[in-house]
Amino acid sequence: MFALIRSRVMARSRFAGAIPGSKVCTPGASALLRHYHKPSRTASFKTLTKDDLEHFKGILPAETILATPAVGGSSDPIELEGFNADWLNKYRGNSQLVLRPKTTQEVSDILKYCNAQGIAVVPQGGNTGLVGGSVPVHDEVILSLRNMSRVRNYDELSGVLVCDAGCVLEELGNYVGERDHIMPLDLGAKGSCHIGGNVATNAGGIRFLRYGSLHGSVLGLEVVLPDGTILDNLSTLRKDNTGYDLKQLFIGSEGSLGVITGVSVITPQRSSAVNVTVLGVTSYENVQRAFALARKRCGEILSAYEFWDATCMGAVLHHQSLKNPLSAEFPFYVLIETSGSNKDHDDEKMGGLLEELLEEGIVEDGALAQDDSQIARMWTMREGIPESLAKTGATYKYDVSIPIPVLYDIVGDIAKRLESAQLYKPGESGFPVKLVCGYGHIGDGNLHLNIVAEKFEDRVTNIFEPYVYEWVKSHRGSISAEHGVGLMKRDHLEYSKSPEMLAYMKRMKEVFDPKGILNPYKVV
Amino acid sequence: MSSLRILVGVKRVVDSAVKVRVNSAQTGVETANVKHSMNPFDEIAVEEAIRLREKHGKDVVQEIIAVSCGPAKAQETLRTALAMGADRAIHVKTDDNLEPLSVAKLLSKIVGEEKPSLVILGKQAIDDDSNQTGQMLAGLLNWPQATFASKVDIKDGVLEAVREVDGGLETVSSSLPAVVTTDLRLNEPRYASLPNIMKAKKKPLKTVSPADLGVDIRSRLQTLKVTEPAKRQGGKMVASVDELLDKLRNEAKVL
Repeated sequence: MFALIRSRVMARSRFAGAIPGSKVCTPGASALLRHYHKPSRTASFKTLTKDDLEHFKGILPAETILATPAVGGSSDPIELEGFNADWLNKYRGNSQLVLRPKTTQEVSDILKYCNAQGIAVVPQGGNTGLVGGSVPVHDEVILSLRNMSRVRNYDELSGVLVCDAGCVLEELGNYVGERDHIMPLDLGAKGSCHIGGNVATNAGGIRFLRYGSLHGSVLGLEVVLPDGTILDNLSTLRKDNTGYDLKQLFIGSEGSLGVITGVSVITPQRSSAVNVTVLGVTSYENVQRAFALARKRCGEILSAYEFWDATCMGAVLHHQSLKNPLSAEFPFYVLIETSGSNKDHDDEKMGGLLEELLEEGIVEDGALAQDDSQIARMWTMREGIPESLAKTGATYKYDVSIPIPVLYDIVGDIAKRLESAQLYKPGESGFPVKLVCGYGHIGDGNLHLNIVAEKFEDRVTNIFEPYVYEWVKSHRGSISAEHGVGLMKRDHLEYSKSPEMLAYMKRMKEVFDPKGILNPYKVV
Repeated sequence: MSSLRILVGVKRVVDSAVKVRVNSAQTGVETANVKHSMNPFDEIAVEEAIRLREKHGKDVVQEIIAVSCGPAKAQETLRTALAMGADRAIHVKTDDNLEPLSVAKLLSKIVGEEKPSLVILGKQAIDDDSNQTGQMLAGLLNWPQATFASKVDIKDGVLEAVREVDGGLETVSSSLPAVVTTDLRLNEPRYASLPNIMKAKKKPLKTVSPADLGVDIRSRLQTLKVTEPAKRQGGKMVASVDELLDKLRNEAKVL
């Protein structure tokens, strides 16, 4: 039985203002351990020896292994920093061995050996996850997929892409882009995240509204099970109803049931006509009314509907050095994107929508992008929010699914609670909490609630945790809309899933990973 | 200050973010189904005209007219100019290929009809990089010109401009009427706002032909062939100085 993770785990680590993509050296490891409540290490997991390293040297090319002197290698521990610490610099393990196999067979050989020896393994893609699922908790071996980054096959007629799991999402986007297609998902981490990781976490993103979930767009997977068995389900068929669709289990399993090594995914046709508008809205109710009207007038070409509040806008304009495209500041901002095949038709539809939004008083002001660089800048206003908040201070992130009508209520609720506790006063500095804000994929009912504080500390965390989870549960929402469970939310799943469901999840884990060596301490 | 009318030239070009390709006939760049938008320097020109009006007031800057020479789709670019704040637009409609001299002649005829005190053009279009139209127009009209302007102002009927030149910055002044061409650092263009986009739909857009203006737009240049530049060869990693010398001598043949 794994030790219970206390809900304060994520509040403990010292936040050092990490910027995505960079690795900041935080104060000494001992300071971290003092604030960081990890589940205790499972005693039955083998501690690596020089013999294990020799074995890996026998099955992998030398340059794919990073091993510290602690296990008989010669790499400086600092070389493993980027693998041991996550993007937010919040979660950190102390793995002494990183393996970067180049083929599926090598992955299979690695897992077969680790399973037999009882060595715990963490599969890792781009390491951009936000719930501590991609880094070791203790000394698990890190299995990085970054050397498996080839496109295996692309069929332009059907749009089916077959590639290695370690391909970077943005590079795949460029590859299919040259062939007039786009990836079915897009997110801020695209420059670093791997498609394998996207599939393992069932990533959502800004295209979800139009192209749906990876559960729909992934056609097949090649997965290596914890015991080394290679499950080849790398199909390119759109329709195949021959038995249980096992790949659906691996999509969203966060590397706890198997290691994804190959992905077959359908890529949509690229639209030649793209329109983006940013609108200023005075109330959350109007944000919803605008969404309803957008669906009515442009539903068939609507490709994104995002929103953010004034606090987020302030942070992003400041940190990204952007100008407000509107004439004034508004409580809410909405970004609408349409994508279609005929510019004249789309311009007319968008023009009609904007006119109606103005006339009905749903929207006070807005700006319509006139060229691609304006489109890029408008998207930065939305995609640059996480980074801008991270630069402002220690960021608590809650990624929740709540019914749209009450989605924004939680932001005001948390702000009030923090104010009553004398920890926050909107617009004033000198308080432990600097900002409370909300933004997200409102079209999908997904809010990213963020609380930015001077530092992570209990007296702040306790105000909204577990309050946020209880709030979400009372609305039958999800405590993790798209970010996943990882280490962070493992002990809170009961807020969104029944005990029976959780019991069956544990049974599935035992079926695929009876020794529990794959990504332990996380998910279920 | 007496009132003045500003004429701004805008051109519809392939969007600056597009990766252009040579067309299969090797006669030019592939433009079919490729995103187009207003030439960035022309956006700056429109913005500057509007800023002059905001600074000096509607009594001084009475009218801003946007002009574009090109095919039917050039009207999209004019609509953008109107949505940014221009008062009316003139479309010189032709499907023929236009060289800078032809455009300058067309604009000089429009200037003769509309009688602006100031013409603002982008310094060059990002598709041909000619950097000629503004200068030729000033020559045809026998007007003073302030090209590569990074700062523009009008004081008591006198134009003052700061030009970006190779040696640094040059401040010039001239009487009006005059031609100004914009450089990158002149201003940051505004977005087309919703209220202005709605207003723009009602603003007048007049269409004329080169024949109406009595201008011969036949090309004086014939493009023989367009090709992509030679592909950059990837670098090679060498393991030793000997290998480097060998490759320099036998492959690159520079020793």
